[in-house]
Amino acid sequence: MDTLNDILFYVLMATTCICALAVVLTQNIVRAAAWLLFTLAGVSGLFFLLGAEFVGSTQLLVYVGGTLVLVVFGVMLTAQGPFVNMRIGAAEWAIALAVGLVLYGVLSASLIISKPPQSDLNRHVDATMPDSSVLGASLLGQGQASPTGFLTGMPPAMRRERKPMAYLLPFEIVSVHLLVVLIGAAYLARAKRRRAV
Amino acid sequence: MSEWLSSHRALVDGALAIVEALLLLGFVAGSAVFFIWLERKVAGRIQDRLGPTRVGGRFGWLQTIADGIKLLVKEDLIPADADRMLFRLGPYIAFCGAFASFIALPFAYTWVAKPLSVGIFFILAVMSTEVFGIILAGYGSGSKWALFGGMREAAQMVSYEVPMALCVLVPVIVAGSMDLNFIAMKQTGGIWNWYLFHDPFTFLAFWTYFTCATAQCKRAPFDLAEAESELVAGFHTEYSGLRWSFFFMAEYGAMFAVSGIAVLLFLGGWNTGFLPELSTTLARALGSEGRESYLGWAIGNGINVVVFVVKAWVLVFVQMWVRWTLPRLRIDQVMMTCLKYLLPISCILLMGVSVWQVAVNPSVGPYFRYGLCAVCVGLLLWSAVKVVTTPSQLPVSVTGATNLWNRGPIPPELAQKTTV
Repeated sequence: MDTLNDILFYVLMATTCICALAVVLTQNIVRAAAWLLFTLAGVSGLFFLLGAEFVGSTQLLVYVGGTLVLVVFGVMLTAQGPFVNMRIGAAEWAIALAVGLVLYGVLSASLIISKPPQSDLNRHVDATMPDSSVLGASLLGQGQASPTGFLTGMPPAMRRERKPMAYLLPFEIVSVHLLVVLIGAAYLARAKRRRAV
Repeated sequence: MSEWLSSHRALVDGALAIVEALLLLGFVAGSAVFFIWLERKVAGRIQDRLGPTRVGGRFGWLQTIADGIKLLVKEDLIPADADRMLFRLGPYIAFCGAFASFIALPFAYTWVAKPLSVGIFFILAVMSTEVFGIILAGYGSGSKWALFGGMREAAQMVSYEVPMALCVLVPVIVAGSMDLNFIAMKQTGGIWNWYLFHDPFTFLAFWTYFTCATAQCKRAPFDLAEAESELVAGFHTEYSGLRWSFFFMAEYGAMFAVSGIAVLLFLGGWNTGFLPELSTTLARALGSEGRESYLGWAIGNGINVVVFVVKAWVLVFVQMWVRWTLPRLRIDQVMMTCLKYLLPISCILLMGVSVWQVAVNPSVGPYFRYGLCAVCVGLLLWSAVKVVTTPSQLPVSVTGATNLWNRGPIPPELAQKTTV
């Protein structure tokens, strides 16, 4: 308990874990979504605490602003009664428990097997890690933040060094692809309704 | 002293964080009090009324305080059909979302609770959590009106977030950073350095952003979530007392936050527009032998804070002005405005500014900036002169009589009418 960061880390961690448990144990979908909000906010708080502001903000924007709102929106649109409860069978509980325990086992085994990083090394890595502004600059093709190394997927004789490149184009292609999927989904939903009328 | 400080690092850090949080909380709550008073005054003036006049002298300064006390002592009601947990949770989440955006909002150069390299992205992210609180309130109230309000809010927010974020990206592309300190410092100097005038795309992006931001704060003409003419009070129909006032604080906090973002991104931040950046200049001017004076820096930044807050207040005032001028849209019109107009416009602006940054000859930039700036300032001055010099039009009656506002004798044709 030497710095505030440590205290906050443990507090956030405990909150996140308790809220995650509550998500699983709550029967009411919207209440589970509310607990999920605190879980996700706790995880993004951990990201902020560890200096990964970009990841933390993305976590909030994508999951809280997007996914959770859609969950509640879906419940509002489709619910028959006032408050929706999930009925979970014993088989579902068993499967979920098994999957969860296996994942927990794998994670804890890998944590125990792999050596914990030395604290000096950790500090060194922290100091040299590029922050998000460098990432943004390399996205636009400015700066020298592109990873250096060899091109993958080439035979050893033909290995060439990676050239500095911009990531904007691949990024844009992926996002345009998502947009196409969205428009396609909207079009299909609309066409179906028109035929029904 | 310094030994004690370094050995109790956690305590000092915690205390500093609490002081910063309290300062921001005081600012948000204080400005909410001021804005609610201003809103009523603006509404009154626009509708040819006086607004509050009783509590606190001629201008009703203390009206909001009186209302606040009333809200505090009101009975805390939770409807029998409500989901008690969600009902209680909603207002706090909404307020926390609006309040958390102030963490990364710089009021002057480096005067920010937590300087983030992705400041603007962080603010957009936490402001999107405000929506969740409102949806929870709408759902948890167990009332049809509230449910409709919550659904509209969800649909509207999910749609308007997209063009708003795209418009925010336009000045970010120009500046090459998401750090709000950096973006505002790039606009130092003359008014033509503001990103509003940088190129045609940033100019249009400002208006698009401001429209989306108005919708994001669910302000009229986009206040479909509360729409008192159809939904009683929408998502906060079932709320009263302190919980209700949390929604109001969230709304006014978010209004200031989005206006502050607009000021930082487009309107030069804390720069006056005709002076060099004050904090660094004063620090250098008041310092001696090459050392920068801390006092000068603090004075400069103090002035910067005032400039920034005044600019943001002007934008908040514009939001109020718009609210009391335009009628409310229908929900389908709101969605159409976003998806059919604002979204394509913001996509085009994003592509346009990228092309401008890459393809347009840099020597064109200054000419465009000076030109656009001159046109805008000229139009503003011309309209100001027009407003001052044009005699106000008196209302004309159906009988054709003029000067209805005069205290003189009633015109004969009108006197005839009234005696009948």
